[in-house]
Amino acid sequence: MTDETLRLHLPEPTTRPGMDPDASMIKVPAAGTLPKPPLDEPDDQMWDYALGMVRVLGDDDLAVGDWDPKLDADTLRRGLTYMMRTRAFDDRMLRQQRQGKTSFYMKCTGEEACGVAQAMALRPDDMLFPSYRQQSMLVARDWPLVDLMCQIFNNPKDRLQGKQLPVLYSVKDANFFSISGNLGTQFPQAVGWAMASAYKNDSKIAAAWVGEGTTAEGDFHHALTFAAVYQAPVVLNVTNNQYAISSFSGIAGGEQSTFAARALGYGLPGIRVDGNDFLAVYAVTQWAADRARNNFGPTLIELYTYRAAAHSTSDDPSGYRPKDEFTVWPLGDPIARLKKHLIKLGEWDEQRHASLQDELEAEIKRDLKEAASHGTLGVRPCSPSTMFDDVFKELPPHLRRQRQEAGL
Amino acid sequence: MSRMNMIQAINSALDNMLDRDPNVLIFGEDVGYFGGVFRCTAGLQEKYGAKRCFDTPIAEGGILGMAIGMGANGLRPVAEIQFADYIYPAFDQLVSEAARLRYRSAGEFSAPLTVRAPCGGGIYGGQTHSQSPEGIFTHVSGLKTVMPSNPYDAKGLLIAAIEDDDPVLFFEPKRIYNGPFDGYHDRALQPWTQHPMGEVPDEYYSIPLGKANILRPGSDVTVICYGTMVHVCETAVKETGIDGEIIDLRSMLPLDLDCIVASVQKTGRCVVVHEATRTSGFGAELIAEIQEHCFYHLEAPLMRVTGWDTPYPHAFEWEYFPGPKRVGEALARVMEDA
Repeated sequence: MTDETLRLHLPEPTTRPGMDPDASMIKVPAAGTLPKPPLDEPDDQMWDYALGMVRVLGDDDLAVGDWDPKLDADTLRRGLTYMMRTRAFDDRMLRQQRQGKTSFYMKCTGEEACGVAQAMALRPDDMLFPSYRQQSMLVARDWPLVDLMCQIFNNPKDRLQGKQLPVLYSVKDANFFSISGNLGTQFPQAVGWAMASAYKNDSKIAAAWVGEGTTAEGDFHHALTFAAVYQAPVVLNVTNNQYAISSFSGIAGGEQSTFAARALGYGLPGIRVDGNDFLAVYAVTQWAADRARNNFGPTLIELYTYRAAAHSTSDDPSGYRPKDEFTVWPLGDPIARLKKHLIKLGEWDEQRHASLQDELEAEIKRDLKEAASHGTLGVRPCSPSTMFDDVFKELPPHLRRQRQEAGL
Repeated sequence: MSRMNMIQAINSALDNMLDRDPNVLIFGEDVGYFGGVFRCTAGLQEKYGAKRCFDTPIAEGGILGMAIGMGANGLRPVAEIQFADYIYPAFDQLVSEAARLRYRSAGEFSAPLTVRAPCGGGIYGGQTHSQSPEGIFTHVSGLKTVMPSNPYDAKGLLIAAIEDDDPVLFFEPKRIYNGPFDGYHDRALQPWTQHPMGEVPDEYYSIPLGKANILRPGSDVTVICYGTMVHVCETAVKETGIDGEIIDLRSMLPLDLDCIVASVQKTGRCVVVHEATRTSGFGAELIAEIQEHCFYHLEAPLMRVTGWDTPYPHAFEWEYFPGPKRVGEALARVMEDA
């Protein structure tokens, strides 16, 4: 065989701005095709889960297969409400940024099922190590939105005292770990947190999230290695929303295999789940959490979803992807899908949906009024008097001198 | 009270803390069953079990990422980085995470964490087993940086570091693990067991971080140093007969500026010595502070004696190492107009 001339491969998405959106290359298996494995399923039996996709909600809007978590109608309505509240919150906060009341915002449109179903499937005292697009988890833990808004506005009620970016929340009371802007760092931390839980013979587990882009970071490899080595009680999640700012998932290695399949090389089960299917996300998360809770070790979940909005208020997706790509996304809108399921079950209708939407919008408006009454970034921001606090537990002499110099 | 070298003193500190606090646990590459490549954790796994003292994969970023999570969940992890030269893969976890967690969460979350790392050269370790990166970390807000110069201080400072609620980098100058190296590699090393600072209580005690030690009072010139250089400076003072006041910083951050300022205002002269490279090194910070606080007391230009701004060269480490001769020359220069 003669050698070929070497060719450098540079991944390119199939569509770009100005082209018709196209999702034909995405293979979507029918709902209910993958059985639910036992918690101690050997990892080498998990290839179908890593390469396939767990789906529960079928095209007929009914739940099918043994992954169906069989949630009662009240729980489903609660999930729907959390998702709708998250979306209403996002829409309203984006407008605040456009009006100059905050510097920055990030929506999670299209990914609401991931956060809400996972938060509901985990226990309230499990520690979440979130990434930056998981406000829906705080919503699902019933954390007051006024509190988040005050941070977004950096007003005097901002619990983080103006020290952190608007959407990088920290809510210890909701077991929601401080979000870092450095991507992936929370992944090995969650493993360590979970190991400490096991060390103390506690019952709490940890869960962590990165985007598919961040799987390229060393922290991802460290987390999977340490989680496997010490069989840490942790649920590791990759939110594959197809984009790392402008880079399609191929730039993170998504052309060669799924992100869930990464787990198998570490001897961990990896499961890909339809991230826009509330029931499937709930069931897979519960399965992974049960594994962790019963000393069967960690699991990697790939939440296959689509980032419908821009990366952030500093981003314009029309520069790198076809307009209206979300409309052809084969897994649909998570809110619409759960709504249709509830209607199909006879537990919901268009009128109730519309009035819930109105109610939530009114609620967010009230919350916003209250938060803004305390101040916004430009108007009555929080005081810089605490600027030197919390660098260390106690103020060391050099910071005391600098605080005096700053006149604070 | 026992006679201990610095390795034994560090081991004793870890032993005391494992015994006192069930939340203390120790891990790193080769620290568990084997007891560490420098033996600092020898016997601890046997005594306290693998749960309290265990081996980790070779992934410094993973080790410290895990440690931060453990610290945030109520434990007091003590991580060993096998050589300070290997700390860079963990840089992001230290700088962006350990150092920032308390601040970015306005005190909601914090991760007490002690990172032990053998540092410094003079052991034919070449450029990857000889570095002194302390100045890189003193530049980061939110980290404490400590370097002991003798077994007694090593134990007391390490216990204080483990008990501290903030992340502490604890650099161990490996050239003085076995004795107070005076800078002459061709002379026999005096073992710590024959040195007064090798007298170490077996029991728990701590030395507060941020308190310098005036090792030798003097009136001619203030000599500021830490780690191995403390002994080199002592030798240089002896050899030159210059009445140097030797300040062993013990911790760089927090810094005992009051001690430094009082001394330099008294002597009017100062030489700063460290083994680390010069440019943007911790000596630059010290000199900036001294000129700001002592300018009108100064009788001579402030001087630095440091490692050269090259990687640590394997075959030329004694040309690189700031030995007593170079320190002595600097002392003589600042005394020229006296």
